[in-house]
Amino acid sequence: MYKFISKLVFLITVSYSFVTVAAPIETFQFDSPETEKVFHKLSEEIRCLVCQNQNIAESNADLAKDLRLEIYTMLSEGKTEDEIVDFMVDRYGDYVLYRPPFKPMTWLLWFGPAIIFAIGLIFVVRFMRSQNMSKQTERLSEEELERIKNLHAEQDK
Amino acid sequence: MENNQPSLLKRFMPLIVFLALIVLLAIGLTLNPREVPSVLIGKPAPEFNLPLLFNEGSFSNKDFIGQVTLVNVWASWCFACRQEHETVKHLSRNGVRVIGLNYKDEPDAAKSWLAKLGNPYQAIAVDYKGRIAIDWGVYGAPETFLIDKDGIIRHKVIGPLSDKEKYDELMAVMNTLEK
Repeated sequence: MYKFISKLVFLITVSYSFVTVAAPIETFQFDSPETEKVFHKLSEEIRCLVCQNQNIAESNADLAKDLRLEIYTMLSEGKTEDEIVDFMVDRYGDYVLYRPPFKPMTWLLWFGPAIIFAIGLIFVVRFMRSQNMSKQTERLSEEELERIKNLHAEQDK
Repeated sequence: MENNQPSLLKRFMPLIVFLALIVLLAIGLTLNPREVPSVLIGKPAPEFNLPLLFNEGSFSNKDFIGQVTLVNVWASWCFACRQEHETVKHLSRNGVRVIGLNYKDEPDAAKSWLAKLGNPYQAIAVDYKGRIAIDWGVYGAPETFLIDKDGIIRHKVIGPLSDKEKYDELMAVMNTLEK
């Protein structure tokens, strides 16, 4: 059983590695695993402007290839992650980043969903309150309560 | 229960919100996500020094000084460049200084393309690897930059100049510049 599981794990790992190999990542040589990590992180966070719904790690577009090479070159030169992000933003604007930066221009973008949720919540609360209120106004009179009681009593007989 | 009826405003609130949303989405639909506004507007042209396609020598960002210039990013493999070529020629004929930036193209292919369709460029800088184009924030040909006589980028057109709206917009900005 143990053997079977280890085999299964092996198979899954191997098939998964095929998936990653299929992505258009060139075979870059990195001096350290950390640099490689930064490279992959950056190429996953930078949008390919040619095919805008892909990051440059996934895209096969020529420009994406060039930008991957650019990131690789800059990393080899010892540039930091922030410097590379700045390089991209200086040329292509914030749009090149999949995670928009946090600044006054993008506040609506960041807070928008929370604001809309809050408005929705206010509406729900107010709606529920008004429901409660109408229930209170339609409270049964003593007389009616008496009648219900009697009806129940009749039924129970 | 007459007096308990919600006010007119309250009753129409959902409709108002709905209409506002429609307007917002309609505006969104008219925007073209393919046209990413350039962050380089108002900034000096990036530094570069590239070889020329036809002559010896080179073209650098310093060559922008003193004259309003259009930098047209093109390639022989680019279909839309062919589409806008007549417009580029028209501009050049009317005295606009047009510099070509030959983007990731084979020089021979570029030369025969020009021989066939005409050469409107005063000079053509060759960006064989597309490295300089990255500095210009180019993400697809054709793209056209308007540079003033101080070497500052004033406007960018993404896509063919033959588009009337884009052409008029470019002209409007160009007319505000000191010759």
